Amino acid sequence: MLILEGERVSKNFGGLAALLKVDFHINQGEVVGLIGPNGAGKTTLFNLISGALSPTEGVISFKGEDITRLKPHQICKRRLARTFQAVKIFSTMTAFENVLTGALFSAPTGTPRSDVKSEAMELLDFVGLSAKTRILAKDLTIANQKRVEVARALATKPELLLLDEVVAGLNPTEVTQFVELIKKIRNKKITVFMIEHVMKAIMNISDRIIVLHYGRKIAEGTPEEIASSKMVIEVYLGKQTHAES
Amino acid sequence: MINVHHKIFFPLLFSILILIALAIIPGYAPGYYTSLLNSIFMYTVLTVSWATFCGPTGYISLTSAAFLGVGMYTTAILGEALPLPLIVLSGGLASFLFALLVGLASLRIRGIFFAMFTLGLSEGLRHFINWWEIRIVGGLGRWVISADNITIYYTMLIILVMTLLTSYIIRRSKFGFALRSIGEEEEAAAHIGINVNAVKIITFAITSFWIGATGAIIVTQWLYVDTTTAFDVFYSFTPTLMALFGGIGQIYGWILGAVVFTVIAELLLTEFPYYYMLIFGIMIISVLLFFPSGLIGVLLKVRKESPTE
Repeated sequence: MLILEGERVSKNFGGLAALLKVDFHINQGEVVGLIGPNGAGKTTLFNLISGALSPTEGVISFKGEDITRLKPHQICKRRLARTFQAVKIFSTMTAFENVLTGALFSAPTGTPRSDVKSEAMELLDFVGLSAKTRILAKDLTIANQKRVEVARALATKPELLLLDEVVAGLNPTEVTQFVELIKKIRNKKITVFMIEHVMKAIMNISDRIIVLHYGRKIAEGTPEEIASSKMVIEVYLGKQTHAES
Repeated sequence: MINVHHKIFFPLLFSILILIALAIIPGYAPGYYTSLLNSIFMYTVLTVSWATFCGPTGYISLTSAAFLGVGMYTTAILGEALPLPLIVLSGGLASFLFALLVGLASLRIRGIFFAMFTLGLSEGLRHFINWWEIRIVGGLGRWVISADNITIYYTMLIILVMTLLTSYIIRRSKFGFALRSIGEEEEAAAHIGINVNAVKIITFAITSFWIGATGAIIVTQWLYVDTTTAFDVFYSFTPTLMALFGGIGQIYGWILGAVVFTVIAELLLTEFPYYYMLIFGIMIISVLLFFPSGLIGVLLKVRKESPTE
């Protein structure tokens, strides 16, 4: 079943077309990867979906409803959450308070504060931070800051979660831990749409991969299909494997 | 049981004792102290109201003078028509409504632009009322009803308590968390379901209510009001300074800042009328330079270093 759909989504920044007539869809329960070289328009696409930016053209629908012109908080209320490429945590709040803030604004009015608090605690435990709840977010390692951001997004009870380069900048052990975490998120019946540069991570967990290049969708398919696509290797993976080796 | 509650119990007991002391002071102390306390109350209301919104969000509003002035003019206009308590509440309401307008017009602007914009709006309102008074009403200022010192004192005490309660409730509610998250990462706040513009505008207006109420009662001791005294930009800058001076992070810091600041200013003004501004300036700079977290920072440091802790 379709959860998210974009039709002819375009975004211009002045004269520059960051995205050009991109069609895409995400099915419920899937993990979909979004890859492409720097400047391909991946984060722009996420910004359009989450409402941070409005598309120049095109329609984005979530669970059958047109969300193209909605504001971020309205989209979040419809159960679509995201994380950011450069972490945007509330740095002078503790890990717990970060997650609590998300939980407070998604809880139905009248929910006792103690219920919301234990919910936030459970989420911190879910992402593996139960030992760091009282530490200020700014004092956490990058990996743990990213965990806080994921837990805070989960606190809004999303049905679709957008992860923007959540494993970028992490060491191999941390990458493995995050892959496990994303699998756990999928097991919670949350659909995941993720941007990633780390091929090991994305090839490992994606059911399907979408490739962007200069604002256009150039390929789409299973990880195996993408890995063997000559065009994708030429524009993207070829360079990337050289860069990584 | 006592262990569970002592964190709330002792501050509460302490607050009630202070409140009782403040309530009986006018009966025993000379009039001078009553009027000094009136000033302290006024600046505490200004500072706490200002800091409840501006502290966590980092939106520096320079428009407190306008809220105070709106309250004063409410009294000047309604003075004869309504009983005093209703006038005071009307002053608060007028200030609340004006703050809603300021919020709608300005809260999409950030940083220094927000500060300048609010200062401009405040000055703009002053000039508009000035123009209105001279051209339409005919006259520079207005006579105001007068209230006796004891009435003013107790009204201010009630407004002060209400201001502290309002601030306490906002900070503990989910709006308190929302304000902090807006100050940290406004974009992320919006993406976890917070309607950031609504939260900003509503809390800005609520925290402006008691400033207007203060203006409405304080003006009754002046007998006469015009735009220069009512909209003095001094009242827009002092809350910022007092909150920074005391410590911008906590409500204790704001109260401490307002109280100590007012008392020192009063002492310096009477003892060193010629060097008052100079000494005061050096003091403020020293505290901010050496203790960026304000007087509260100084106290915490002393407590940390003392061997008994």
